[in-house]
Amino acid sequence: MFTPQGMSRRHFMTHLAGASAMTIPALTMGHSIRTHASELKKNGKAAILLWMSGGPASIDIWDLKPGATTGGPFRPIRTSGDAEISEHMPEMAKQMHNMAIVRSMSTREADHGRGRYYMHTGYVPNPNIEHPSYGSVLAHELIDQRPHLEIPPFVSVGGGSVGPGFLGMAWAPFVVSSNGQVRNLQMGMDEGRLMQRMYALSLIEKGFVAENRGAAASDHAKILDKTLALMTSKQMDAFKVAQEPQEIRDAYGNTNFGRGCLMARRLVETGVPFVEVDLGGWDTHSGNFTALQNTKLPELDKAMAALTADLEARGLLQDTAIIWMGEFGRTPRINGNAGRDHWARSWSVVLGGAGMKGGIAVGKTNADGTSVETEPYTSQDVMASVCKALGISLETTFTSRNGRPMKIANGGKVIKELFA
Amino acid sequence: MKFTTRFSTQRLALGGILLASLALVGSISAPMPAAAQDSPSTKGEVISADFGIPQVRFTNEQVRSVWTDYKLSPSPAATDGEWCRRVFLDIIGRIPSVDEANAFINDKDANKKLKLVNSLLNDDKYIEEYARNWTTNWTNILIGRAGGTEDNTLTSREGMQKYLRDSFARNKPYDTMVTELVTATGTNSPGAPNFNGAVNFLTMKLEEDGAQATAQTARIFLGKQVQCTQCHNHPFNEWKQRKFWEFNAFFRQTKALRTFVAGTRDVASVELINQDFAGEGGNPEEAELYYELRNGLMKVAYPVFIDDTEISKSGYLSDVNRRNELAKLIVNSPEMDQAIVNRMWAHFLGYGFTKPIDDTGPHNPPSHPALLEYLGKEFRANSFNLKELIRWITLSEAYGLSSRGTPGNKLDDPLLGESPKFTHFYLRQLRAEELYESLLVATQAHKTRGSYEEQEKAKREWLGQFVVAFGTDELDEATTFNGTIPQALMMFNGDLIKQATSIDKGSFLAQVASSPMRPAEKINYLFMAAVQRKPTSYELDVANKLLAARKSDAAAALQDMWWAVLNSNEFIMNH
Repeated sequence: MFTPQGMSRRHFMTHLAGASAMTIPALTMGHSIRTHASELKKNGKAAILLWMSGGPASIDIWDLKPGATTGGPFRPIRTSGDAEISEHMPEMAKQMHNMAIVRSMSTREADHGRGRYYMHTGYVPNPNIEHPSYGSVLAHELIDQRPHLEIPPFVSVGGGSVGPGFLGMAWAPFVVSSNGQVRNLQMGMDEGRLMQRMYALSLIEKGFVAENRGAAASDHAKILDKTLALMTSKQMDAFKVAQEPQEIRDAYGNTNFGRGCLMARRLVETGVPFVEVDLGGWDTHSGNFTALQNTKLPELDKAMAALTADLEARGLLQDTAIIWMGEFGRTPRINGNAGRDHWARSWSVVLGGAGMKGGIAVGKTNADGTSVETEPYTSQDVMASVCKALGISLETTFTSRNGRPMKIANGGKVIKELFA
Repeated sequence: MKFTTRFSTQRLALGGILLASLALVGSISAPMPAAAQDSPSTKGEVISADFGIPQVRFTNEQVRSVWTDYKLSPSPAATDGEWCRRVFLDIIGRIPSVDEANAFINDKDANKKLKLVNSLLNDDKYIEEYARNWTTNWTNILIGRAGGTEDNTLTSREGMQKYLRDSFARNKPYDTMVTELVTATGTNSPGAPNFNGAVNFLTMKLEEDGAQATAQTARIFLGKQVQCTQCHNHPFNEWKQRKFWEFNAFFRQTKALRTFVAGTRDVASVELINQDFAGEGGNPEEAELYYELRNGLMKVAYPVFIDDTEISKSGYLSDVNRRNELAKLIVNSPEMDQAIVNRMWAHFLGYGFTKPIDDTGPHNPPSHPALLEYLGKEFRANSFNLKELIRWITLSEAYGLSSRGTPGNKLDDPLLGESPKFTHFYLRQLRAEELYESLLVATQAHKTRGSYEEQEKAKREWLGQFVVAFGTDELDEATTFNGTIPQALMMFNGDLIKQATSIDKGSFLAQVASSPMRPAEKINYLFMAAVQRKPTSYELDVANKLLAARKSDAAAALQDMWWAVLNSNEFIMNH
């Protein structure tokens, strides 16, 4: 691979400290210098966000309205839990005892960019401040449970996430494609020589940072640190879904999203506290039902069900939250192109794992799905619930760069049915 | 990575000596020694020449008056090397070569900044690079980094670039460009009959009744965000749903016709045409469209501009060409002038007068309203000449300031949520395209590149690894380039860096290594090539240690140092 045969990380770090023929001061590498451990801490909490880019028609998946003019052609089926779901989700139907549908989501952002930002951060876009995405926040909060993690704590498979905002680039999502190939990982040189180069580089970096040129200069030094740790880590194997047995890969499905979900499980197993997997193609302004029936739902169903079952079988589901959501839902009204348009007022998300109660539907929409009839929930409430499930205090407060205190989950309330 | 404080202090002191020696050469932008930055006596005394250009004078006055209002003092001027690097990057999209940087640094003419800007804008030797840089910028603005790479795309990226390159090479007035882009008809792919590359702005934005054509035209050319008003009233500005559909009505005579590759469903080319619009009510003489309010009420809209100017309601082309009318209304509006001024200011200074630059209106007031309005009017009065606008901005005092913060302007940090006051240059990442071109120039690889098309193709393939397209109806996308681990991995191990640091026969480093320069001069040369300054004694010292580590293999030691310089924050940032 990228280190010579038999080269252990410890061996590598020895080189780093000594830098062979040069007499230079030892470099310290922050948390990454800790010794390698094969076992991660047993109670490490994690979360996997299944991000449905484009805004999925949750009315056709999780909250069907058969018979209503808005209902569309899909029929509901029974599941292993109490709630019914779409007939095109047969595999998930067997896993619903693990999952809860929140059917009373009601938000205000019905534009992709704004909805993506809001559902990822709990804040509406503001020109004066960049809020960190939930992935960055949770990675930041959970990293202390993962002292042996050498790879980035927030991985985004397929892209589409929101950035680290004021937490800084060190908490940015590490974006990889679902094939598991991380580009440019091969060092291509003797590691002792790389360490000497790193020393020269750090001299130049440090000089520039000392000239008080702003946060971007010092952030870069942190990124170099993380990059070096990652390049030399055995944990990078977690990205290699091709190492999985064929039957496991088949269970997740031979799709980008399937491979992404499998990678998510491998990453969580390795100790990564937050993984986001992107599934796009939900912006179904036309041909909503054929797109869902023929491509989107089969791909989603197989992968999401396999992920849930696999996490459960490995004893990871009790510590790993699964979150399924997109920017918004889609209009109950079916437009002239057999499509549904953007709709944020009444829609569904799905939550499960990490101790959240499965098998239930939380909240209710009216007969045609155009409004919620029970307590409405928001992005912040989803985040607050996930925080509770992961054991993170809702009193946790961050300080933005201008010194403004910001509470985790932006004052969201825990969805109490999930913890009944 | 930890270092002794002794190191930092020494570097600062050395920096001071270095800068002072530059000042002796006669620069008008004589920088203060870094060590003196904290001294109160140096605050606010740097008076920049305006080169006799009234627009520069007014800009300086306006920016200064905001400093006064907020009791801020500017940073000292950037060094000649920094300023030269900046202006090359921002005008022609790459860093200067060693010769170019030295020519500027050693020039004793008090007007050397003016000379350099004029040269970059007008000299024959820079025209291709000038056109390339602005073509890159505007391709990304008009169709995005992923534009033309979608499955079964209706966009020809080559066609878009061909149009833009021709326009920038000829310095087409901006109003002409806007008119051509908004009104274009013809075929999108080079070589196809009736080719007009300008159509590529709109070919893929006509789905859903032209919702994207509407939103992007208003955003890019008028600085107005209207897309949220499509489905519901925009929560934050006074633009109502009605305004969106009235603006949308201008695009209802426009169609994109596909030609398929024989026997397949693959799009060969796309022709943008105008045709009569019958109207959704069936009366072409008053061709209306319908839209639905959130409460389900249906409403009617005809073409009406943002300032409420109405045009003929007829859908017949023989009566009125709606896009031609729209273009006239846009180019006659002050919103267009201010939108381009705001965009160009942000290009050069890192932040515009509003954030974001393309969402303006009463809900988002500009930081320097008088300056924005003035530059807009001057731009119009100077025949919409983009090069004039570039001259005014690059020769302004604010553009020439150091990126080093001082105690007197610590509070001026847009990252803190404050509106930018431009008391110092805001550090920013090189855009991916700038980094790519700069690496080629730094290693002199630009001299042996293939044809223009081959060059662009190679660059596009390289860029592709950093682009994430979201695949939504907004055609939005993100880059994973800026300051991320994938970027660092690329700079550590990527093919481009392998080439840049090659010591094979004929390579840049092989030439430096075998040149008659003394060892220290070679290190000097590398630093000048990448960061337009000389190395500090610490950096020379580490170069010597690398030489020892490489057992006196000079080329290999240069390779190590060069790799380190290219990976530094100082190289990958515009500062």
